[in-house]
Amino acid sequence: MDGNYSFRKNLSAFFIEIGELTGFAGRFFQELFSRPFEFREFLRQSYNMGNKSLLLVGVTGFILGLVFTLQSRPTLMEFGAVSWMPSMISISIVREIGPVMIALILAGRIGSGIGAELGSMKVTEQIDAMEVSGTNPFKFLVVTRILATTLMIPILVILGDFIALLGSALVENLKGNVSFTLYFNQVFNTLEFSDLFPATVKTFFFGFAIGLVGCFKGYNSKKGTAGVGKASNSAVVFTSMLLFIIDFIAVFITDIFYP
Amino acid sequence: MKEETTNTVISIQDLYKGFGETKVLNGFNLELLEGENLVIMGKSGSGKSVMIKCLVGLMEPDSGKVEVPGREISTMKRQELDELRADIGFLFQGSALYDSMTVRENLEFPLRRHTHKFDLKNTDELVLEALNNVGLPHTIDMMPAELSGGMQRRIALARALILKPKIIFYDEPTTGLDPITAKEIILLMLDIQKKYKTSSLIITHDVDCARVISNRMILLLDGINYAEGSFEELSDSKDPKIMAFFK
Repeated sequence: MDGNYSFRKNLSAFFIEIGELTGFAGRFFQELFSRPFEFREFLRQSYNMGNKSLLLVGVTGFILGLVFTLQSRPTLMEFGAVSWMPSMISISIVREIGPVMIALILAGRIGSGIGAELGSMKVTEQIDAMEVSGTNPFKFLVVTRILATTLMIPILVILGDFIALLGSALVENLKGNVSFTLYFNQVFNTLEFSDLFPATVKTFFFGFAIGLVGCFKGYNSKKGTAGVGKASNSAVVFTSMLLFIIDFIAVFITDIFYP
Repeated sequence: MKEETTNTVISIQDLYKGFGETKVLNGFNLELLEGENLVIMGKSGSGKSVMIKCLVGLMEPDSGKVEVPGREISTMKRQELDELRADIGFLFQGSALYDSMTVRENLEFPLRRHTHKFDLKNTDELVLEALNNVGLPHTIDMMPAELSGGMQRRIALARALILKPKIIFYDEPTTGLDPITAKEIILLMLDIQKKYKTSSLIITHDVDCARVISNRMILLLDGINYAEGSFEELSDSKDPKIMAFFK
């Protein structure tokens, strides 16, 4: 009986949170098109998110390409299909693994960072101080961050994909004596608009989800410093789940348009 | 210390505010007169901070009126409220400096929001003037985390002053500071009041602060004005509930 009650309570809390998140997203679109535009803060956030994530994305992407190629090589060799390696790796990375893996890693770095920063600003009354000084804190803090993640995540994913392919090319070069030129020729011959376009479009949604959930959790954090930790943590968990849901929907839609 | 003042700069009538079952303010009334230092004293959790947040529109009261001359705050549009806020300085309990910005950026922040009131060409001059007022011009390029608690409170005061407000709200200005730094902040508040002729509403439970700075005091108890008068009148009271504040 208690377990049933607890389940119903959690389910109801979940749907309430989804409702609040939808309201929060609605407010974002409402404030997005109203003046004043906080362009300076948007640029600052974009620069911080992009610049500070470069190393992480670079290292992750490189290792991803490297490991993926090393792991796939023996199986492809067994079937005498090792020459298909660049095509297989490029399609897997560009279509699916690159965007999802890099978005997940950035959800951990950027999403939790936003959650913790806004949460800490909330509990130390910095958001109230902004309001009192005649600033709309939602516009200044939330709109700029969501816009920045929406635009920067796709750029970082494209960069991460390219570095992953570099890692893969390096393995092929060392293990299979395939030149970088040959490897990338095959990659570009394989990849089509239907591979690149849907994969890039979904990264904008990934970016939006990372910014939205991070801001939502941080902006609404409660209960002092413990609330800040909780905001940061739940921002990552919630975003990760949302990323997979978005990915599923994106793949489903892509499959309709590009069967 | 006392000045003859008559004009009301802010008034609260019958303010009610609660959170769920808990009723915090139960019909609180207040009138802040021009040029006076009005101290609100109350125990922790008595609703002092809630009351001051209702005054600047950070919280919406359940019922009651908060008025600046001729205008009720709850009926103001966002833009009108922002314009009003340019005339009100607010010193937060924990200073509330933006920790991702330097001291200069913290002070410039309100100036950039009120370009109708100030020319941005004079930003540097205004920032330096505000920092000189609190005796910390050398901290201009430092980050808040590099400053002590007392210095942070002074910078927060400089930020509250930079728009040259007519009214300043102080929320527990000396809480968390050692007695010497607390005294410095109190003297600074007095200097500012003399220099800019501001009206101040000070929320505190620091008796020393109240003694030095107040022209008038209100004791907030159970969400209502329990007692009102000068520091001397209240501190000489034989009412046990009032005496408890001054022990």
